[in-house]
Amino acid sequence: MSAISLEGVTYTYPGATAPALIDVNLEIAPGELVVVAGGSGSGKSTLLRAISGLVPHFHGGTFAGRVIVAGMDTRRHGPGELAQSVGTLFQDPETQVVTGTVRAELAFGLENRGRTPAAVARGVEETALALAIDHLLDRSTAELSGGELQRTALGAALAGVPEIVVLDEPTSQLDPVAGDELIGLLHRANEDSDATIVLAEHRLERCLGAADRVLALHRGRIVCDASPPEFLRWAAREAPNLQTPGAKLLSCLGIAPVAGVKRARAALRGRGLLPERAADGEAAIGPAGGAADAAGRRRGRRSRSGGGSTPALAFDRVWHELRSGPAILRDVSLSLARGERVALMGRNGAGKSTLLRHAAGLLTPTRGTVTRSGRVALLLQNPTDYLVHEHVADEAPGVALAAVGLHDEAFARRHPRELSGGEKQRLALAVVLGDLADPPAAICLDEPTRGMDRDHKQALAVLLGGLDAAVVVATHDPEFAAAFADRVILLADGAPIADGAIAEVLAGGSYFATETARILGGAGGALTPADGVALIAARFAPVAAMP
Amino acid sequence: MIYRRRASPLHSARAGAGCAYCLALAIATLTLSNPIALAAMVLGVLGAGVAAGVGRQLGRAALLGLPVVAAIVLINVLVSHDGLTVIARLGDLPILGHTDITLEATVYGAILGLRAVALILCGILYTLAVDPDEVLRLFRRVSFRSALSATLATRMVPILIRDGRRLAEAQRCRPGPPPSRLTLMRVACTGVLDRALDVAAALEVRGYGVARRPPAYRPPYSRHDLEFLVAAVAIIAVAIAGRVTGWASFIAYPSVHAAGWSALGVAVGLVAVAWLPFADRRGLRR
Repeated sequence: MSAISLEGVTYTYPGATAPALIDVNLEIAPGELVVVAGGSGSGKSTLLRAISGLVPHFHGGTFAGRVIVAGMDTRRHGPGELAQSVGTLFQDPETQVVTGTVRAELAFGLENRGRTPAAVARGVEETALALAIDHLLDRSTAELSGGELQRTALGAALAGVPEIVVLDEPTSQLDPVAGDELIGLLHRANEDSDATIVLAEHRLERCLGAADRVLALHRGRIVCDASPPEFLRWAAREAPNLQTPGAKLLSCLGIAPVAGVKRARAALRGRGLLPERAADGEAAIGPAGGAADAAGRRRGRRSRSGGGSTPALAFDRVWHELRSGPAILRDVSLSLARGERVALMGRNGAGKSTLLRHAAGLLTPTRGTVTRSGRVALLLQNPTDYLVHEHVADEAPGVALAAVGLHDEAFARRHPRELSGGEKQRLALAVVLGDLADPPAAICLDEPTRGMDRDHKQALAVLLGGLDAAVVVATHDPEFAAAFADRVILLADGAPIADGAIAEVLAGGSYFATETARILGGAGGALTPADGVALIAARFAPVAAMP
Repeated sequence: MIYRRRASPLHSARAGAGCAYCLALAIATLTLSNPIALAAMVLGVLGAGVAAGVGRQLGRAALLGLPVVAAIVLINVLVSHDGLTVIARLGDLPILGHTDITLEATVYGAILGLRAVALILCGILYTLAVDPDEVLRLFRRVSFRSALSATLATRMVPILIRDGRRLAEAQRCRPGPPPSRLTLMRVACTGVLDRALDVAAALEVRGYGVARRPPAYRPPYSRHDLEFLVAAVAIIAVAIAGRVTGWASFIAYPSVHAAGWSALGVAVGLVAVAWLPFADRRGLRR
């Protein structure tokens, strides 16, 4: 019997003009790990909500067809009953935490399933250890950071390993290390306990290696239902924006795409395009670091007006120390020139957001000074917080709206809440840009790509590239950093541990590295598929050709 | 303003006992009208807060409650035309018509304000000193809807505090003049509705609505449980006795009559029974 079965499901949200799901037919076998792919608004979240029973019980609307989950028909069994077999995690962890402490949060679902106190205690301990949140167990959920909150909400969904686990972008707020650990954890839960896992994710390169099957949605319809390699071949033909960077690299080289770094390396080795050991990549293809061709190309692609002029933003030995706690920033000294594009990376809690708040003057250093050559615009994580008016046109001056591409009359009279996630992000950016007669010297963005699909990320990278200011983006997404930045600052425990040209920093590591760099072992400082193809083409000209 | 475990008798008592104690304080406040008794209730709750280690937050709340008292007094003196002792003649006012301000309406407004402050303090004491997670467990088998409402109310406080901070921070990032308070209020209210829906959905998918009965596990009543339950009963008993016997009587209209010494006796009794459970500081859970 299927763990999950959808028959002819068509669903329209109340007040919506178009259905969010159209004639969806689907069978998911017990123990499958299924990744749901698709752009923003494709119906991924609605599909997951249909599986958890919130559609239609909680949201209302028009529902046709049948969804059977763990033997229960969702027309007769509501989300509460389904929760006996289904663990669910949605996008925003802040609203999914329902109790006061992490321990109570992990125990809550188990208690609702009627487990004995001993089973609840064991489930809590095991989940906390697996997610490395055992040190948080007695902390108040109101005091957790975004990453800690996400892991807690995930722990609540996974506690006791339910029969079916449904997750909507569980890694969106996690740093690359925690994101990879999470996918590993899900894989293990899937293998050890045969849990059926349905996972919607934009960063497919993270999870395809662990998946048994991929569903691609487009405008509410399933347009591809295949194994990861078949999906990648389909994506290369039909939906290039769903291709992983590794798959794009292989496709460009005329090799059948595969999921995962290890398999991609094997495919390249099979064609003689990569030496046997990753560490030999430098010798065989090109050196990593500043002298490398790709790195040089990337540095040269934008004019940087740094040099001897006054920096747009400078930190001089800045400390941020809590009155009764640890130091969040430790002796940070940085200088950013106008026109520089900087990616600020690091693990959750490394101090990225605090650094940006200091840049904008929202916080005052406990020691050291921050110097600004002009206004600093700061866009925090939630763009909705900036949108307070009834119409888009009232939110920002026309010139700022034009700068972000929202000057069209069609947008002007719309309510900001009606905009898509990417449009809200652009509108909030216009709000902080303000009147461009007084342009900001620096623009800082905190995790602007959370929950964004590749198309929107690309559009944002282009938009940021066109702004005449120093731009600093705190991000967990190395692919986005590679697309927009020319310098990377890697923070750890409140201090920069690496600061250099993007190819030098992102090509050398494992977690804070793009998939292309991981596949090529950092050779030549190649970060994007285009860099990789160019690098290989330069070395093996007859073999590779950039389409 | 969220619950944090502290080493106090009230925090050590089970949620049921804590709820009963705070509820008893609220019932006594609603039962009594005598200003001495109501002042005693405010004093009793503030003292309980100090003994529970949350006195500073309660004190701040009491100060914030003063404008509420002023507003209630103002509305009552303008709206109520009862009372024999006129202390000011305002003549004909738009909408209100002929308006005389009476001593009785002023006193009664102050009584209502005092009662409102006492009730606010009871609610805050509950929020700060009774474990909401235990309350959630307590109610899940009793009534889903009321438990859901209670959970939303308690969970929404920290969420809204966070939202408010984020909203304020975002507005500080906005160049130019800040939006009006009214605009921000509207945004915050819309956000509250969205948040409430999200939290309700989260409770649903976590199985709260159809929680299976867990295996029987009844921890024995601790000394603190018993002491607060006894105090709850005693507070209600003293309040009812004060009202029924007339020891804490109060009449506002047509002229003010209030019991004096006997009301003071009731007040002392209320404060004593409210504070007594805090005297036992043995076996506090941290």
